[in-house]
Amino acid sequence: MSDIIASGLTKQYGQGSLAVTALDNVELRISSGEFVAVMGQSGSGKSTLLSILGALNTPSSGTLTVDELDIYSLNQDQRADFRREYLGFVFQSFHLLPYLNVLENVMIPLAVIAGSRRNKEEKALAALAEVGLDRKANRLPSEISGGEQERVAIARAVVNDPPILLADEPTGNLDSRTGAEVMDLIGRLNDKGRTIVMVTHSEENARHAGRILRLADGRFVDV
Amino acid sequence: MNLNAIAIANIKRRKAKAAFVLTGLLLAVATVVALLGLRQAVSFNMIHQLEQYGANIVILPQSDSLALSYGGISLGGVSFDVRKIHEEELQQVYTIPYRQNIAALGPVVLGVVSANDHDVLLTGLDFETTPVLKPWWRIHGATPSHEDQVLLGAEAARLLGLASGDTLRIENSDLIVSGVLEPSGSQDDQLIFTPLPAAQRILGKEGQISMAEVAALCHGCPIDEMVAHIAMALPNTQVMAIQQVVESRMQAMDHFETFAYGVCGVVIVVSGLMVLVSMMGNVRERAAEIGVFRAIGYRRRHVMRIIFLEAGILALVGGALGYALGQVVMRLTLPLFTIGDAQAMHHHGGHGDPLLPVLAVGLSVAVGLVASVYPALMASRMDPNEALRAI
Repeated sequence: MSDIIASGLTKQYGQGSLAVTALDNVELRISSGEFVAVMGQSGSGKSTLLSILGALNTPSSGTLTVDELDIYSLNQDQRADFRREYLGFVFQSFHLLPYLNVLENVMIPLAVIAGSRRNKEEKALAALAEVGLDRKANRLPSEISGGEQERVAIARAVVNDPPILLADEPTGNLDSRTGAEVMDLIGRLNDKGRTIVMVTHSEENARHAGRILRLADGRFVDV
Repeated sequence: MNLNAIAIANIKRRKAKAAFVLTGLLLAVATVVALLGLRQAVSFNMIHQLEQYGANIVILPQSDSLALSYGGISLGGVSFDVRKIHEEELQQVYTIPYRQNIAALGPVVLGVVSANDHDVLLTGLDFETTPVLKPWWRIHGATPSHEDQVLLGAEAARLLGLASGDTLRIENSDLIVSGVLEPSGSQDDQLIFTPLPAAQRILGKEGQISMAEVAALCHGCPIDEMVAHIAMALPNTQVMAIQQVVESRMQAMDHFETFAYGVCGVVIVVSGLMVLVSMMGNVRERAAEIGVFRAIGYRRRHVMRIIFLEAGILALVGGALGYALGQVVMRLTLPLFTIGDAQAMHHHGGHGDPLLPVLAVGLSVAVGLVASVYPALMASRMDPNEALRAI
């Protein structure tokens, strides 16, 4: 069980008269295994919400609880441990390291945990097989297509089997056909029991989700 | 896959930047190794030269006199109760505790004689000791090997109009000039030298000597203690160390040491700054990458460890290469700083110190790591959210 419960989440940037409210008293509950799409205009607060859910951005007020852990009461190292154990991130720009090959990129999250190299390689190859790229394990990111890079990023996000996957515009840099393939892949990961929170502009992509949340001016307008 | 692999892969990817850091550390270590090696070699060379410098202790008859001379101009002197030194007494010198440090003991007898109608100072020497006691002598001809031979100082030869092979009449003896000294600018230029027994006979001082010169090996021997011990062994004499020679040489050595340490310090600071600037640039360029590391669960110390690993690997390689380069530079420049056998000096210099390679690599790693502390802290403190948004 990895229920996500956000209570009274508010995030302000800046101070005084210059303060901008990105999130305004947001209440949210995402059940374990749920696939939630967060939509909204640019500046609506969806990326801020995703970064707070990812334990990367301390809210101005409110609490975030995952598995009864109050995430923002943890110190920096504990939060890093939480991200490593509970979360997988898929970024719009992939953020693969260009000097590591596909297999090594997928192994990055495993570099700081105990285990033999062989065991880590087996895990990484299994994750690559899950996204259909195990045959391109020795290629550099520059030697594969954008869609394949996104799938490598997804393999990296799930290699240590986190219960929650956070995706920020996962098809934003892909053509529609490749984007559809990536969304199918994310759907399959959800089918296996992972909780998915995806920020997207695309109505078509959002339809893969079981629930769509719409944000405007830092508030949910249609939960 | 571990953090080492990430660090090594990043070094391979950023070859130019890695080469910059490596070159900075390499040059610093090479400079330090070369200077420290030269310092050791020059120090050994100086001690070696001091040992070969000739007499550094003189034994004079005890007297209550004041020398009235200045800058080589003698105005005579007032002497009271000058005691004589007998030749056999000198053997007491070999009873002192530091006798193994005595390289040579040379008795000298002095007296004014008439030679070819000129008054000259006749000096009787033991020519077997002169290579040690007067290593600066350069002779046209040969040293006297018989009692009827004489060696002339350059100025004495000029005044008397004599050269090797000529005959010189001293008092009632005819002596053959075996050789002439090259001008040395010392008092030796004015003198006539004969074997000690010949001079004693001509001067009527059989069994007596005027003074004695001692060459003591000074490396590791306390010259002041030797002087005191000789004075105790020869109670009727005045024993003096020629301190000025030793001290001026040691002062020159001190200046060179200060210079070497100063240059080493500056080079180390500059190389540290090179590493600092390069690693900070590296960290700034990799903001997104560091953001990804933090987002996927790397702790701050994991990020710091990657930066330190990169700096440490480069410093290790830079230190090893710098040591090798420093040895080559020292070997090439050693002849400029030393007199005599440069290879022997090199052996006693940096090459002979087994700790130097360890110190060189240790220094490089220490500079690399210390200079990377701030960049590593900067990397570890990056807000992952900000780092990812910055792209």
